Amino acid sequence: MPKKVIEIHGLTKVYEMGEVEVRALAGVDLLVDEGEFLAVMGPSGSGKSTLMNILGCLDRPTAGSYLLDGVDVSTLNRDERAVIRNAKIGFVFQSFNLLPRTSAAENVELPLIYGDLGWSRTERHKAAMDALHRVGLKGREHNHSSQLSGGQQQRVAIARALVTDPAMLLADEPTGNLDSRTSEEIMGIFQALNDSGKTVVLITHEPDIAQHAKRVVTVRDGVIQHDEKIQQHRVDVRGIAAPVAPMPAEATR
Amino acid sequence: MKSSVMRISNITLVGLRAIARNKMRSFLTALGIIIGVGCVIAVVAIGNGATKSVENTINSLGTNYIMLFPGASTSSGARMFTGNSTLTADDAEAIKAEAPAVAYVSPTVRAAAQIVAGELNWGTSIQGVSVDYPLIRSWNVSQGTFFSDQDVKSASKVCVLGNTVAENLFTDGQAVGQIVRIKNVPFKVVGVLEKKGGNMMGQDQDDTVVAPYTTVMKRLSGKTKIDMIQLSAASAGQVQEAQNEIDAILRQRHRIGPNGDADFQMRSQEEIAQAQGQQTAILRMLLLVIAAISLLVGGIGIMNIMLVSVTERTREIGIRMAIGAKGRHVLLQFLFEAVTLAIVGGVLGVALGVGASLAVKHFLQWPIVVTPASVALSFGVAAFVGIFFGYYPARKAAKLDPIDALRYE
Repeated sequence: MPKKVIEIHGLTKVYEMGEVEVRALAGVDLLVDEGEFLAVMGPSGSGKSTLMNILGCLDRPTAGSYLLDGVDVSTLNRDERAVIRNAKIGFVFQSFNLLPRTSAAENVELPLIYGDLGWSRTERHKAAMDALHRVGLKGREHNHSSQLSGGQQQRVAIARALVTDPAMLLADEPTGNLDSRTSEEIMGIFQALNDSGKTVVLITHEPDIAQHAKRVVTVRDGVIQHDEKIQQHRVDVRGIAAPVAPMPAEATR
Repeated sequence: MKSSVMRISNITLVGLRAIARNKMRSFLTALGIIIGVGCVIAVVAIGNGATKSVENTINSLGTNYIMLFPGASTSSGARMFTGNSTLTADDAEAIKAEAPAVAYVSPTVRAAAQIVAGELNWGTSIQGVSVDYPLIRSWNVSQGTFFSDQDVKSASKVCVLGNTVAENLFTDGQAVGQIVRIKNVPFKVVGVLEKKGGNMMGQDQDDTVVAPYTTVMKRLSGKTKIDMIQLSAASAGQVQEAQNEIDAILRQRHRIGPNGDADFQMRSQEEIAQAQGQQTAILRMLLLVIAAISLLVGGIGIMNIMLVSVTERTREIGIRMAIGAKGRHVLLQFLFEAVTLAIVGGVLGVALGVGASLAVKHFLQWPIVVTPASVALSFGVAAFVGIFFGYYPARKAAKLDPIDALRYE
């Protein structure tokens, strides 16, 4: 039986806006196995973003339990959640969110700096280089964000998410700012990473993008409405300019 | 759960990269401190220089120096010349003869005059003194000789020129043996005094002419009383003794009882130094206030720009938090940035201040003393200002909610 990366039971989130209570999540149950490629769909206001914030340990649920990689994270405080985010989650955002005027390599190193794995600068630098090579950015390591295209910037962001070898990649509308061809490219990278065993959770409102996952969960009015395995729309990696290298750890396994 | 303790070296790395990423902003942030510290150092250096030169001048009088003035001593100790002097040359003679603790005595009269030598002329002050004057002031002649006791007794028309006067009247440097005319009276130049430099008031001490007091009284001022008496005690330890003896002699000669108001007053070198010291203390206090204000303004500048910077970098803070920065990491990073900017600003400020001080010394010929204490102090204050004014913006950054910060446009 595969290991569970996400185990959510009866998750609710209530925002108090003055007198009014808004139930953003009204009892969500969700199980995600290691190695899955899950897309979370839903229109705006469905509770999708709230779910993403809780999945990403940026926020805490009002009630219910959330086990991430076997650790109960639903009751952790701010600092404890920061540690979990660093160790177990790799974020990829819609607007890339790279540090400006900073090289690709330095951006990718950042999670290692906060993680304190006891690594030396050289080790961190090497890990960042490896991650950048895996997303096909060899030769671009020292470019600043402003010298990279949107697709390249998103690859840097994916490398940054990968570098700590997290339990899951959590991508929030990763193709929202990209044209359709580049979007395909990025989805191809996610698929390749998933093929090598990485759990990917993708938050999107675009059905086309969701088709790249293996399983689609639809959220509406704070509950999961649909949960189905789908036929994955494969991106031909050979068609992509920069192919994804296999994970070095996996290659030696 | 494993608690992640981020290494200080990592924080400094993150902070240094953030500073390097925005050089202009960093420079502007530090500018307040640069100017503040530079200002403090330059101002303190100039103040110290002034104090030092005053001290030097007073010390150059010699520790056994005493000045004796005519006029009633007032409770405030202010020196006051009443219309008529009460001191005579005979008083000076009597002190010299009767006070064992007094080594040298010189009656002193002053006059201002235009001195003419050939086609050149020079306006200066004439001091009428006795042969003891060079001994009291430890001031020797560099050319020729000082006038003799015989010159004083016979009121000879001889004089000794200060260095400045000699240079202005005799451009060839051959002053000794020449004749100068003071108020149409011809004086023979017998010597030139050593160069002594400026005094505490910035006056050139070498801009003077020294002649026998008898000659000055008879030929130039027409006075019968003298302006003051300059004396020196036999040793530094005998200053008080000498003052007591002088007091007793003058009270007897002027017929003033032991409880009556004296018609003369004395100042020892030590008392002059004390009076000057009080003035300098006020000057120093004023400078300190200016220094404190300029550093405060610099600190507020840092806080101001750091606050703007936190707002501007909200998104960056959100990213850092999302990928695992704790509130403490963000706090330390911003604090480190503020302190680094303050310290770098401090270093540049020290360089600026020392540079400005040296420039003032070089171009304006002011006495300047840069003390290590003022450097250390302003540097320390700069670092403190960085921590103090950096803390509030840093705490604001650390308290941001990562969700809001990530969404911030």
